[in-house]
Amino acid sequence: MAGMLFSFAALLDRPDIWRGDSLNRVGTPTVACGFPELDAELPGGGWPAGALTEILPAHEGIGELRLLGPALAGLSKRGLRLVWIAPPHLPYAPALAAAGIELANLVVVRAASPKETLWATEQALVSNACGAVLAWPQGAKYAELRRLQIAAEGGRAPAFLFRVPEAAGESSPAALRIALGTSDGGLAVHVLKRRGAPLAQPILLPAMPPAVRSKSHHVDRPPAAPAAARDFSARLVHA
Amino acid sequence: MAVAAALALAPRLRVAPRDPDAETEALLGVAGWAAQFTPGVALEFPDGVLLEVSGSLKLFGGLESLLERLRRELVEMGWSAAFAGAPTPRAAFWLAWAGKQKFIGESAELEPVLAELPVEVLRCKDETLAAFEAIGVRTLGELRSLPREGVAQRFGQGPLTELDRALGLLPDPRNFFVLPARFGAAIGLPAEVTQAEALLFAARRLIVQLAGFLAARSGGVQRFVLRLGHRDKAATEIAIGLVAPSRDAEHFTLLLRERLSNFTLSGPVREISLQAGDVVPLPGSNLGLLLEQGKPPGQWEHLVERLRARLGTEAVCGIAGRAEHRPEHAGVIADHGAKQLQLNFGERPFWLLDRPKPLAEIGAVPSLEGPLELLAGPERIESGWWDGDDVARDYFVARMQNEALVWIYREWRGAGGWYLHGVFA
Repeated sequence: MAGMLFSFAALLDRPDIWRGDSLNRVGTPTVACGFPELDAELPGGGWPAGALTEILPAHEGIGELRLLGPALAGLSKRGLRLVWIAPPHLPYAPALAAAGIELANLVVVRAASPKETLWATEQALVSNACGAVLAWPQGAKYAELRRLQIAAEGGRAPAFLFRVPEAAGESSPAALRIALGTSDGGLAVHVLKRRGAPLAQPILLPAMPPAVRSKSHHVDRPPAAPAAARDFSARLVHA
Repeated sequence: MAVAAALALAPRLRVAPRDPDAETEALLGVAGWAAQFTPGVALEFPDGVLLEVSGSLKLFGGLESLLERLRRELVEMGWSAAFAGAPTPRAAFWLAWAGKQKFIGESAELEPVLAELPVEVLRCKDETLAAFEAIGVRTLGELRSLPREGVAQRFGQGPLTELDRALGLLPDPRNFFVLPARFGAAIGLPAEVTQAEALLFAARRLIVQLAGFLAARSGGVQRFVLRLGHRDKAATEIAIGLVAPSRDAEHFTLLLRERLSNFTLSGPVREISLQAGDVVPLPGSNLGLLLEQGKPPGQWEHLVERLRARLGTEAVCGIAGRAEHRPEHAGVIADHGAKQLQLNFGERPFWLLDRPKPLAEIGAVPSLEGPLELLAGPERIESGWWDGDDVARDYFVARMQNEALVWIYREWRGAGGWYLHGVFA
């Protein structure tokens, strides 16, 4: 019996046997995302290059860009261009520089309509001249996403689409879909779809930005101070 | 076989009159496609295309691999073909016409092979063939064994000259086929098509032809048009525009498939045609020593040009940091690729709002979709007295009820109040 088990295990170790529950570790080039816990769960060990990655934050401001920070910093330091298409606000240079992103390689494309956003994204992906493409499309349809996925294929750039959390219920041709939420002040990464077996448990990443928490002892008021106390001191200063 | 007899045997037979114009058109189409394999393409009307391939064998990986590709693409274009090869064009055509799939490399081997071919390959008049039959001549070998003077006297110099050309004894100069400037090809569909997606199969035949034509021209196109001909309506045109010139049949097919997948036909389609003008030079690329994956990197400048052409020059820009304390001046829109300063500010958000958004103050606590919890701060920023746009603010990192982190400030000037200025995305 033991011998039989052993041979079965040996059989499963053969590289030409593909198991449904294992991740596709070969073939697709990736860009390491810089968070070991997350890299371990992403097929190929990082953000897929030449494919769409959808990021669905529960709401703005929970660390959706910090999640990409290390990967973007690495790409921009290699002289590759980061193209941000139709971002919702001005990407703030001091913060991006502090995250290690070479600002000279960051390009913002402003689009007047959702259609132009999709068009610009497709152009950026087809050209294969970018190191990474980040786009904020509004209300993209399946066929439009499929066009983008085809445009991305064979390229070297990871393509990140930031979409509303409701999009999680729609089907999508993206190779990787990630919903972001918060958990205990940290970032909870739910992998909705990846190449390979689905992932049931969210991955918990530390709170971002970490500097805020570590710096909190410099605050002249403790952050957990009651609102009334804060208000009192603020009024004193104001007076 | 007479048409009546054929119909008696197969009542459901569809009889179509022969269309010499369409045959010529098809032959020219095949010649245009074949020009990608050799510059020496000659036509043998009405059914032969001659390719001078001795100079192309190495590039296409030898005769077998070239033949394999010729066969495959001809089938994709919807043709069946017989192949043969010989040192002289005449002999090669005869062998193919007689259905002998033979490839003869040496002139010396030519004579015995040609001797076995029937005299019909000469394609002379019916009465000449009848006369050959009457004197018991069935093959070229038998014809050649007759005394030359007698044959010349009775049948003219024609058959003998043809034989000498086939054997390489007389020169056989050919006019090489010259590619037209524009591409255009059409095919009639065997049955009317009502589903747009079903057109792809037929269109694929034309796309292979187009790709061959473009390879022969060492060019690519940035736009091609598929015309759908209807029975009693104006033709529908589907124009496919490309970002960069290409001659990749797979890419063309992909784009057309995308377009047809959500296209509604205005009526049944009887014939389709493919047109492409403005062939732009697109040189081939040398193959790398190692197999490279993926598509080659594109030109960054081209991308910027295209984006600016459609969205406007201002639409593509970069960002830059400035040595400034006022947050709205410290990070600004700049020419992309601008030289950058290395500055160290405190904790700053990734997003800066175009203009600060006033926040409600409920129970003396700043509020944004609920009360905000201050995590870090204040960071006093008081600067800019020299240009009249001076600020005096206390900045805080604050947490919203939904755990989003925002950058807010308390204004010390004028009416005061709380403002949202950034988001820690």
